[in-house]
Amino acid sequence: MRKLALSDEILLSIDKPARYIGGEVNMVVKDPKKVDVRFAMCFPDVYEISMSHLGLQILYDMFNRREDVYCERVFSPWVDLDRVMREKKIPLFALESQDPIREFDFLGITLQYEMCYTNILQILDLSGIPLHACDRTEEDPIVIGGGPCAYNPEPLAEFFDLFYIGEGETQYDRLFDIYKENRKNGGSRMDFLEKAAELPGMYVPAFYDAEYNEDGTLRSFTPNNPHASAVITKELVMDMDSATYISKPVVPFIKVTQDRVVLEIMRGCIRGCRFCQAGNVYRPLREHSLEYLKDYAVQMLKSTGHEEISLSSLSSSDYTQLEGLVNFLIDEFKGKGVNISLPSLRIDAFTLDVMSKVQDVKKSSLTFAPEAGSQRLRDVINKGLTEESILKGAADAFHGGWNRVKLYFMLGLPTETVEDMEGIALLAEKVAETYYDELPKSERQGKVQVVASSSFFVPKPFTPFQWARMCTKEEFLERAYIVKNKFKEMRNYKSLKYNWHEADLTVLEGVLARGDRKVAAVVEEAYKNGALYDSWSEYFKNEIWMEAFRTCGLSVDFYTTRERGLDELFPWDFIDAGVSKAFLKREWEHAGQAEVTPNCRQRCSACGAMKFKGGVCFENKN
Amino acid sequence: MKIRIKFAKQGTMKFIGHLDVMRYFQKAMRRADVDIRYSEGFSPHQIMSFAAPLGVGLTSSGEYMDIEVHSTGSSAEMVKRLNEVMVEGFQVLDWRRLGDEAGNAMSLVAAADYTAAFRKGYEPEDLEGFLAGLEAFYERPSIPIVKKTKKGEKEMDLKPLVYACRVTGGDEPSIFLRLSTGSSSNVKPELFLETYCREAGFPFSPFTFEIQREEIYAPGFIPLNDLGEIIE
Repeated sequence: MRKLALSDEILLSIDKPARYIGGEVNMVVKDPKKVDVRFAMCFPDVYEISMSHLGLQILYDMFNRREDVYCERVFSPWVDLDRVMREKKIPLFALESQDPIREFDFLGITLQYEMCYTNILQILDLSGIPLHACDRTEEDPIVIGGGPCAYNPEPLAEFFDLFYIGEGETQYDRLFDIYKENRKNGGSRMDFLEKAAELPGMYVPAFYDAEYNEDGTLRSFTPNNPHASAVITKELVMDMDSATYISKPVVPFIKVTQDRVVLEIMRGCIRGCRFCQAGNVYRPLREHSLEYLKDYAVQMLKSTGHEEISLSSLSSSDYTQLEGLVNFLIDEFKGKGVNISLPSLRIDAFTLDVMSKVQDVKKSSLTFAPEAGSQRLRDVINKGLTEESILKGAADAFHGGWNRVKLYFMLGLPTETVEDMEGIALLAEKVAETYYDELPKSERQGKVQVVASSSFFVPKPFTPFQWARMCTKEEFLERAYIVKNKFKEMRNYKSLKYNWHEADLTVLEGVLARGDRKVAAVVEEAYKNGALYDSWSEYFKNEIWMEAFRTCGLSVDFYTTRERGLDELFPWDFIDAGVSKAFLKREWEHAGQAEVTPNCRQRCSACGAMKFKGGVCFENKN
Repeated sequence: MKIRIKFAKQGTMKFIGHLDVMRYFQKAMRRADVDIRYSEGFSPHQIMSFAAPLGVGLTSSGEYMDIEVHSTGSSAEMVKRLNEVMVEGFQVLDWRRLGDEAGNAMSLVAAADYTAAFRKGYEPEDLEGFLAGLEAFYERPSIPIVKKTKKGEKEMDLKPLVYACRVTGGDEPSIFLRLSTGSSSNVKPELFLETYCREAGFPFSPFTFEIQREEIYAPGFIPLNDLGEIIE
């Protein structure tokens, strides 16, 4: 029988013990003594969220294909177990071997959203690994970070030995080889980091010095070690079909957020929405071939037994073989009790036809993401979705039997006026009116339901809005009330619903997103005073964070409401994500004039990603 | 065609709750390519029902579920196919065909066997006294208890619902219990053991015993799989 790190008494006293026992279908079992490298792959959130993450499963599968590497998983213990582990001094362990994390060679932490940063400190703390990289010894694992938030790793710089900038498939093999080689030669931790720093995409924060101007902005950011390069270029997979995917995803016992096979159909996006970090940093768009996806779809459904398969990408409608893929999935699996779910689709005739085949029309709702309430503001953010196409899509859908619509917006976008805000209510009203105009009474399936939600806009690095001023909490809420009040004036008010996200959480996300090295102290201070699971609104304690800013002598406004000058040196400028700063500046200026930039298939806008020599830039589609 | 499956749930799988065991087997059916029947409608689900939910923390060597299939291989082949897709801790023990008129496992459940052993560190100082006292306790003509229900408290007699209680094993003794089980009168082994501990003045906590379910019976103490036929 497998040994467990936690006793029966503990496991039977906490919520969902299955989060901590491993042993799931397709979990990789190896003898830790027979491998050279032990890698603990961490998602710093609770099991159900962590196990829903595609990237983690891709790397888990890839690492474990190597005989000399054993990659295991570790996630944040939920607050109930966190308390027990601190009280009883139980070290954090990996799910597979149940061995303490501190015994591993690497602790790899994926950085998917800013609000998980205190959970990273929890992971280090419970593992018994010093929080600061500079305090770690030869006995401690190498702590490496990756994922979207690594595009501005600075608020976390002092907690990590190493960051991997870009897509994980390309350099880990070499990193492991270097690690083995270094150990064989009796090299130290420092020796390894110096060799790692020479690999593409690797950033060792300790090898750089940041100096600041009197106003707190960055003056210079320079390497202090000859092995470190001044610019780190992101890594990416150019030939998607050459990368391995997951043939045997781990299947959790408990219901997780993403309880299905997830098929990644492509990376990158041609759209160029100006608020979107993913759409910029994952450029250029690279597709998988239809044959590759068919093959993996079959393998993954067979090896997991999942009853649902979902497609994943930033904008699935832009996948050139979508029709072929969807028809294949329907023909192959629909009769076998497998559901097919299709997120991120533009609503058009094809989509509606497919959706009516794979979903229960009566139960499902239609989703549009106009992001802004007026055409002017949609042009500012370069969201190529017009009111006309939304209403046309809605009308078609209503005829097809749908009567529920979800609309997603952002509030606090640059240049936003009261008219733009009220436009949210007006657009929702027009959707509702379309229902009553299009369908005679006899054809209506009850009332129409339009739910509009708005999140608050956070400017992100490597987007044209990285210079933008962010709203204060009060401004956000004021805007939400303006929208809410406008909704009350609408004729079909009873068919409409409006809700909005939490504002203080958004403000903090804004600080961490564009933060510099100084912010690390705030994260640490907040953690020490009890901040944890900040992305869970029931555990988010804003006062702790505000107090931490005061203690550390930092201003929230410096990071959020301050408008950055065009010549300001940003903490993340040492990273080359493909899109050039010159391009982002041009886009920022176009935004100010509400000028639309065409997508990558219509015309090349010289964003800079062409230097990777592949993807849409080279498909002759410009 | 109705099929009854017997399986064991051992080791760390005792931490997997009943609903998750159901989900686990639904996925296992697909992995093993079992030609299982689905319900009609837009979101079809597998025709599958379990005999009696097992509490989290208990192991079992005799769990049952009924499914319906369009076609099947031999019992031996189906057991093998399912075991090829099991994880450590779950083992499929039996696959039998039921008659079309057969009642489902859940409605048939009448009794179940359990063994309870002391968890390490929870053995009473006076083990002999504990065991002797237990047998005497079971010999009583009635064992009144107060059961908490949704509406309040209800007095009831445990005695007629406990069909057997004896001590087995030598150096590491365990307690064998055969208890009424099912929807009409369900006695959990913990309830019987706790009642005894309280009356006899032995400490009791939810962790005192490691309990395993051994078998589930239809009326007449017929193991549920005996109601089906082996497919050659």
